[in-house]
Amino acid sequence: MPAPALRRLALTLAATGGLALPLAAQEAGGIAVEQPWARAAVQGGVGGAFMRIENRGAAADRLVSASSPVARTVELHATVRDGDVMRMRPVQAIDLPAHGAVQLQPGGLHMMLIGLNRPLSQGERVPVTLTFEHAGSVAVELAVQGAGAGGMAGHSAMPR
Amino acid sequence: MHRNLSAPGLALALFLAPAAYAQPTDRPPAAVPGETALPQGVALGGAFSLTDQAGRAATDRDLRGRWALLYFGYTFCPDVCPTELQTMAAALDALGPELGERVRPVFVSIDPERDTPERLADYVALFHPRLIGLTGSAAHVAQAARAYRVYYARARPGDGDGYLMDHSSFIYLLDPDGAVRGLFRPGTTAEDLAAALRRRLP
Repeated sequence: MPAPALRRLALTLAATGGLALPLAAQEAGGIAVEQPWARAAVQGGVGGAFMRIENRGAAADRLVSASSPVARTVELHATVRDGDVMRMRPVQAIDLPAHGAVQLQPGGLHMMLIGLNRPLSQGERVPVTLTFEHAGSVAVELAVQGAGAGGMAGHSAMPR
Repeated sequence: MHRNLSAPGLALALFLAPAAYAQPTDRPPAAVPGETALPQGVALGGAFSLTDQAGRAATDRDLRGRWALLYFGYTFCPDVCPTELQTMAAALDALGPELGERVRPVFVSIDPERDTPERLADYVALFHPRLIGLTGSAAHVAQAARAYRVYYARARPGDGDGYLMDHSSFIYLLDPDGAVRGLFRPGTTAEDLAAALRRRLP
């Protein structure tokens, strides 16, 4: 296997929790979740979670909710820049067009883990269940990065 | 109360509106991308009386004697504030130990109701070992925000402690006398901020 392909495989494995976690765990019903990650955060506080969600199916779908055992509740949010004032707003759902993808990233759409019952520490993995209107539940593991990380470490493809 | 927009806050919102910075032709160009011209004829900065993450009284005078980077935000902010604090931390790291040590990074809460000194202590440690966290009574925080023309308002009631805050998101560069010498808009990169610091620090 050429080196770039090996590297891609390594990245895929890293993004899906390593060899121990079956790849299928992050793909269900035509929904694929890539590079799910979260920022380190303090207990009792909030954590931001980000990922790329791809709808490989021929029908549109929507991410309608998320939950995690580490958080009292998980909300879907959008950060809106209004001049130099930053506003965060809950969104009801995140639309996934057929054969389309959406990027959850700092400064845009993201998940907010609210009421953390323990700290999120860099280097660990945190389970989150995503619920889609059609695809149902998809379990993913967030790779916890630094508190102010802009993306997953080592993933230069992450847009800034 | 759904919005706690105070009169000073409103004045600031107007003041910080993009139009205030629209293509000034009679001002020097911004030093780095992301840097915005200091407002003309408007006092920026001044006295404040707050509490640091160890519970000690901290005033603007305690910041004197060194340069400082100041950011106003809140710890229940999972997206914007961590990005800006990381930018500050990375810029200081990029300066190297000698130059970086000459600049104090400071985070001022605009959410004193939730941001106790204890919470700030946990939070600031995530970003930089020298990051100072400041909070205080609602009145003292409002006074500090007013001095720096920071706009903030509660965006929604939320479930108990689940409310969100809207806030202006500038990084302020203060000189050792406490005067504001630079203003950086949200999204300024750590590289550009470090470049601005290298130019300013004699």
